[in-house]
Amino acid sequence: MSTATDAHHDEHHDAPSGWRRWVFATNHKDIGTMYLVFALTLFFVGGAMAMVIRAELFQPGLQFVDPGFFNQMTTMHALMMIFGAVMPAFVGLANWMVPLMVGAPDMALPRMNNWSFWILPVAFGLLLSTLFVSGGAPAAGWTMYPPLVLQTGDAFPFLIFSVHLMGMSSIMGAINIVVTIMNMRAPGMGLLKMPLFVWTWLITAYLLILAMPVLAGAVTMLLTDEYFGTSFFNAGGGGDPLMFQHVFWFFGHPEVYIMILPAFGIVSQIIPTFARKPLFGYDSMVYATASIAFLSFIVWAHHMFTVGMPLAGQLFFMFATMLIAVPTGVKVFNWMTTMWRGSMTFETPMLFAIGFVFLFTIGGFSGLMLGITPADFQYHDTYFVVAHFHYVLVPGAVFAIMAGVYYWLPKWTGHMYNEKLGKLHFWLSAIFVNVTFFPQHFLGLAGMPRRIPDYATQFADFNMVSSIGAFVFGASQLLFVYIIWSCVRGGEKASQQVWEGAEGLEWTVPSPAPHHTFEVAPEVK
Amino acid sequence: MRERIRQYSRSAVFGLLSFFLLLPAALADWELNLMPGVTPISRDTYQLHMLIFWVCVAIAVVVFGVMFYSLYMFRRSRGAQPDTTMVHSTKMEIIWTIIPIVILVAMAIPAAESLIKIEDTRAPDITIKVTGYQWKWHYEYLGRPDDPFVQSNFGFFSNIDAVSNAARQVGSGVDVYQIENYLRDVDRRVIVPVNKKVRILLTSNDVLHAWWVPELGGKRDAIPGFVNEMWFQAEETGVYRGQCAELCGRDHGFMPIVVEVQPEDEFAAWVAANGGAAGGGVADVPGGSQAATASAGGAAGGAGSSAAVDMDMSMDELMSRGESAYLTNCSACHQPNGQGLEVGGFPALAGSAIATGPVDGHIGQLLNGVPGTAMASFAYLSDADIAAIITYERNAWGNDTGDIVQPADVKAAR
Ligand code: HEM
Ligand SMILES: [Cu+2]
Repeated sequence: MSTATDAHHDEHHDAPSGWRRWVFATNHKDIGTMYLVFALTLFFVGGAMAMVIRAELFQPGLQFVDPGFFNQMTTMHALMMIFGAVMPAFVGLANWMVPLMVGAPDMALPRMNNWSFWILPVAFGLLLSTLFVSGGAPAAGWTMYPPLVLQTGDAFPFLIFSVHLMGMSSIMGAINIVVTIMNMRAPGMGLLKMPLFVWTWLITAYLLILAMPVLAGAVTMLLTDEYFGTSFFNAGGGGDPLMFQHVFWFFGHPEVYIMILPAFGIVSQIIPTFARKPLFGYDSMVYATASIAFLSFIVWAHHMFTVGMPLAGQLFFMFATMLIAVPTGVKVFNWMTTMWRGSMTFETPMLFAIGFVFLFTIGGFSGLMLGITPADFQYHDTYFVVAHFHYVLVPGAVFAIMAGVYYWLPKWTGHMYNEKLGKLHFWLSAIFVNVTFFPQHFLGLAGMPRRIPDYATQFADFNMVSSIGAFVFGASQLLFVYIIWSCVRGGEKASQQVWEGAEGLEWTVPSPAPHHTFEVAPEVK
Repeated sequence: MRERIRQYSRSAVFGLLSFFLLLPAALADWELNLMPGVTPISRDTYQLHMLIFWVCVAIAVVVFGVMFYSLYMFRRSRGAQPDTTMVHSTKMEIIWTIIPIVILVAMAIPAAESLIKIEDTRAPDITIKVTGYQWKWHYEYLGRPDDPFVQSNFGFFSNIDAVSNAARQVGSGVDVYQIENYLRDVDRRVIVPVNKKVRILLTSNDVLHAWWVPELGGKRDAIPGFVNEMWFQAEETGVYRGQCAELCGRDHGFMPIVVEVQPEDEFAAWVAANGGAAGGGVADVPGGSQAATASAGGAAGGAGSSAAVDMDMSMDELMSRGESAYLTNCSACHQPNGQGLEVGGFPALAGSAIATGPVDGHIGQLLNGVPGTAMASFAYLSDADIAAIITYERNAWGNDTGDIVQPADVKAAR
């Protein structure tokens, strides 16, 4: 993406150029770009691992990989996708857009911003290197439950260290975003005038600051159990293996909202633009987001209904979980009403946003089903769960990120992307994401557990369909890279406004957005 | 009525599926939905599942209906003009907060009722203690002298059946479609009587596992250091299959569970044949032969004879018993050919220092395991099995040490 911004070298004061521009970057746009490129790279690394998994599951019998290696693939796939693709992509979008949206010249803490980015390649380099150490990569699932995770070979300390690094990076990124939003808004921009993307990121940043240290604590306890003779999670020494799950999910459940709240923000920017009509119920959107964030901290144990909790605990977590459907419903209804009586056009960002609302809602339905404890006893740890979380993660989080990329790409590069190819990318993705994940609901209901490398023959047909879907979905993403690449290289000039219905400070600066913006703070009326 | 719900739900799911895939009529064989199962709990759960499913379908029809209507009606290409005054309506927002709450309460009530039933494990007719191992299950029937069914404890291990186990090796070349119940059979089934409340006590010897037979309803984790409870009461005789449902390491996918529900008298005969009747007293039934269950799946190995352990065994005896016990207990990691597995970090036994070094070290390794690795202690195996395995390992695959280890040696080392 360098060519586009290179054009503005004349505006640098003493900024370094060449490789030093990136390594020592402090400009929010450069750092945002690096985050996005990094996320896209890891999306393909994690995606390649998903293809290995789906190739093995294409038909019953073990054809290609050892079952132990299969477990390494599922574990690494998840870690790459969650911490390497989705979260950094959101941070990249925040880096690029939050200062532009609030009218700030840069992020509040630019040098820390550089650190929080550069920690990531180190963390993932370490994690990927474990594929080559004795005993192989971590294979206990991304949830890292003890005692199994303690059977990891030489990869174990690498796993813990890289999780710590990812956590540090996220916390630093989050602090930066909070400080930027709280201190650097343009005069006149009250909290309830902030664009929703900014709002959702503010709330997400708080979730990160609260949740990531909990994960750090949990994995540190694993580390001391393994090497320093403690027994936090070892029943033999007076510890409790279940405590890990409570601590992990106290982080892990907010984590899944960390991966979806910014997505809510993105579609709340896009739908009004292409419906040419303000977002319906702005205030209730903000309150709904905040309630979801709050509730996300009191429902963690719905991931552990089968561990044998007391009845009262199960009832509490069931009711609390069901409650989340209310604010989530409010959001969906508000998006619907925003479309109602609008004047809609269907450019690629809008297609992805609509795809998001539709398919994320399906993921929400299966989530509601999972929240009903007795039913969860049947669904838990089956492919029904795999289908559920991929519906909220792939056509959920990932589609929202893609919508955001298409929406803001002209602002970043100064060029329009190829609309025809963009639409093709959308339709391929939307169709094949369903071919991949919809049959997995049936597999789960029919009794296929997750995290298994081989299965009984009665599950063969749907697995084959799912694998075919996955291969086409995966291949379609190459198109995405091509579209971005050619948009960076050139194309029809983008106007300042880009989209007819777009509103907000980011659309008042030229496209491409100059390296330094808002050196004089804009006034918001 | 129940049948009808099932039919309707199937056709609805079919509809959805063909909408996505446009597949031909061959669909009839594809399993789509949860099975109602054969216990009160599983049927309850099935009904709850269908209830939420239909609620979701109804909401989806309304919400997506509105959405597609507006996508169609309010397109700019149809000349739609935006109504930019439509930004807020407290009334609407209150309505769509209240309605979901009402629906949720309506779903929460039956869910809570059924949960309370599930958690009521009191007054069982039979209690079975199930222990998860990497990667097999151990079942122990708990008896009391005055119990109508089981008077003295007896137990056994249950492994994946030998046929599936051989076929599932990478590159085995076996067409798994030719195997009936591929990956869903075991060498020894759990037998229970029909219409009796069976309580399952669950724990684990190493990592987390989960015991799950879909048609009996529910699933519960097996956790080292803890004892979990669940129960079922099967109302139909038959064979019900499930498998471990918690990631437990390399062979997690190969821990099937088979429960056979039998009439009371057959069950009683089976208990007696396994030493669970009054005056019985075989603590652990040796693996292999499934006394009194004609329908038992392919028995793993023929080492079932409960050889008197204090007698010396011949080399041939040790080797053949050792081979089958090795295949059942050790080959998952160290491989049938003793070559180990690079990727899993599982060492080869052929030519290894342990298997060709001092015998005491070898016995110690089996009895104690290697902490911090997947090599667990196998002390729970009988002296004869351990002796046979060690003898086999020391004389197979070119490890021609000529050593013979007798059960008495193992006993002495314990
Ligand atoms: C085409 C895209 C994808 C395919 C085909 C795919 C496929 C799979 C498969 C087959 C599994 C193993 C399921 C199991 O056995 O439990 C899996 C696990 C998982 N995937 Fe994906 N995936 C895709 C994209 C994503 C994305 C974008 C994310 C996250 C943002 C993600 C997150 C996860 C997680 C969290 C797990 C659970 C891993 C575990 O069990 O520890 N996946 N995926
Ligand atoms: Cu298991």
